Amino acid sequence: MVHFSAEEKTAVTSLWGKVNVEEAGGEALGRLLVVYPWTQRFFDNFGNLSSASAIMGNPKVKAHGKKVLTSFGDAIKNMDNLKGVFAKLSELHCDKLHVDPENFRLLGNVLVIILASHFGKEFTPGVQAAWQKLVAGVATALAHKYH
Amino acid sequence: MSLTKAERTIILSMWDKISTQADAIGTEALERLFTSYPQTKTYFPHFDLRPGSVHLRVHGAKVVAALGDAVKSIDNVAGALTKLSELHAYILRVDPVNFKLLSHCLLVTVASHFPADFTADAHTAWDKFLSIVSCVLTEKYR
Repeated sequence: MVHFSAEEKTAVTSLWGKVNVEEAGGEALGRLLVVYPWTQRFFDNFGNLSSASAIMGNPKVKAHGKKVLTSFGDAIKNMDNLKGVFAKLSELHCDKLHVDPENFRLLGNVLVIILASHFGKEFTPGVQAAWQKLVAGVATALAHKYH
Repeated sequence: MSLTKAERTIILSMWDKISTQADAIGTEALERLFTSYPQTKTYFPHFDLRPGSVHLRVHGAKVVAALGDAVKSIDNVAGALTKLSELHAYILRVDPVNFKLLSHCLLVTVASHFPADFTADAHTAWDKFLSIVSCVLTEKYR
């Protein structure tokens, strides 16, 4: 069970307050599909994914990215109970979507990189460490119900 | 996995900018590594790892200088890093999982310093390049 100190929670929530969830979500999912093209296997019905610009501009990618990151936001409101927050989604990703949990780790790290590019110096090593803990916790929670 | 011509061009042009802040970037990447992944400190019991320490600065500079050597011989990274590959295999024996962690921290550092240059294509190029370097460094492990 992941435990976050008060400082770690502050590092996460204060940055999150400044994030444009719609934009960041689209960027995170887009970059996942560009940098790790094999992740496109889950999105055959998304239309044109033939180049970086096609992917980053694809409206389905943006919409789905927003959905994913909004759910992240729910996690941030309940950092002490990530497994509870993601129980249903975990079952969904296993039973219906058949997503290898390794993909959650890849997306988490892409998100961290995007935050670094948006926030620059503000994204200090300490802030990054809190976010690495969070994305690792989310990935574990999403994999928790796999069987 | 190898770099396309376009990816090579991206790496070379970005390296010009990165090399002007080489030492700072190397040091910061190591600070990020040790802060986010404290288990990596086990390889440096002989170092003072506090932020700003001389050990960190010297070692960070070393790491980035080696990356620079790889960039300068981007068509033959294995040739450029033969000695380092042997060092890691026979002397240092750093577990291969740690190369992914350092590569990630290098990407975070570059992204935070050069956000405008760190496009999705650049991100891909650098991720691939660092994977190649990691492969070369662990090639002789067994």
